[in-house]
Amino acid sequence: MQVDLRILRYDPERDDAPHWESYAVEAGPMDRVLNLLHAVKDTVDGTLTFRRSCAHGICGSDAMLINGRNRLACKVRVEQLGRRISVAPLGGMPVVKDLVVDMDGFFAKYRSVMPFLVNDAPASARESRQSQAERERFDDTTKCILCAACTTSCPSFWAQPSYVGPAAIVQAHRFIFDSRDTAADDRLEILADQDGVWRCRTTFNCVTACPREINVTGAILEVTRAIVARHG
Amino acid sequence: MLLRYRGGPGMLAWAFHRIAGVALWAFILLHVLDIWLAAANPGLYDEVLAVYASLPGRMGEALLGAALLYHALNGLRIIALDFWPRLTRYHLQLWYASWVVFFLVGIPGAYLIVAPALGLPGLKG
Repeated sequence: MQVDLRILRYDPERDDAPHWESYAVEAGPMDRVLNLLHAVKDTVDGTLTFRRSCAHGICGSDAMLINGRNRLACKVRVEQLGRRISVAPLGGMPVVKDLVVDMDGFFAKYRSVMPFLVNDAPASARESRQSQAERERFDDTTKCILCAACTTSCPSFWAQPSYVGPAAIVQAHRFIFDSRDTAADDRLEILADQDGVWRCRTTFNCVTACPREINVTGAILEVTRAIVARHG
Repeated sequence: MLLRYRGGPGMLAWAFHRIAGVALWAFILLHVLDIWLAAANPGLYDEVLAVYASLPGRMGEALLGAALLYHALNGLRIIALDFWPRLTRYHLQLWYASWVVFFLVGIPGAYLIVAPALGLPGLKG
C-alpha cells in the first residue's frame, strides 16, 4: 500500500523555520516508520537527517513525534498508524536538523542526578547479596534506555525547560531504591529542588510515551514520597 | 506542543483540571467585584443579583458548580496518587470513577440550580 508520509523538515542553513514535506512511500503493514524514513533517505532525498542505531528498540536513538505521540521509529509499525503518517522531531528540544534534536541539555540533567552506584564501603571478599524483594524494588526503572520520549512528552517540560524531567528522575529512582547504594540522600536533595519532582503534574504522557512501558509517573511519585518522608 | 501532542486521558484530566481551576479563579474575581458593589452601589448590586437569578445566570452557576465539582473530584484523585504511588497503575479507572460521581452529583445539582428560573422547585437564592 502507499503511505502518505509527512515529515517536518528543517535545515538551519537553508530554512527560516521548520516546514512539512510530503512523500508517497510504498510500505507493508509490518514495515516500521524507520523503514519509511530510510526509503525516503535512500531513494528520494539523501539529505533527510535522523538518528538511528540498533533499529530494534534497545538503543533509544530514534525517538520521534509520530502521529502526534512520542514513539520509537524502529518499533512502531505502519499497521498501527494507518496510511497517513506524520513525523516530527521531539518537542521542547532545539532542532539541529530535520528529526535530530540537541540532546546536550537532556544528558546534562541525566548526569545531575548521579546516575551511578555509590558505595564506598570496602569490597567484601564474598559477593554482595541482594534479596529478590530488594531487587524488585527498582526493577521497573532499570529498563530505561534514555530515549527522551518521556521527558519531551511532558507539558511541564515544555513550559519549563529547566525541569529535570521524567527520564532523569527515573534514573535517580533506579539508584535511590537500590539497597546497595549509599547516596540516596544526595539524590533526594538534588530532586527536592524547585526544578525537581515538584513540577510533575501527573499527566501520564510519560507513561504512554515510554517504549519500555515503565511506570514513569509512579516512579516520580515514589521519589516525591521519599523526599517528603526524609524531611518529615 | 500543547495542541500538537496527542496525550491520553491523563493529559485530558490535567487540561480539564487547569481549565476548571482558571474558571473558578475568574468567578472569585467576579464575586469579589459583586460583593464590593453591595457597599459601593446597592442599586446596581440588586441588578447584578437579578442577572444571577435569570435563566442564563443560573446556567452559568450550573457550569460553575460543574467546574467546582470536577476540580474537587480530580483533586482527590491526584491526592490519592500522591499518597499511594502504586495507584498510578489504576489512574484511568480512578478518573472514570470521578466522572461517575461527577454525573451522579452534578445532574441533580444542575437541575436544582436551574429549575427555579423555569418556575420549577429548586434552590432559591
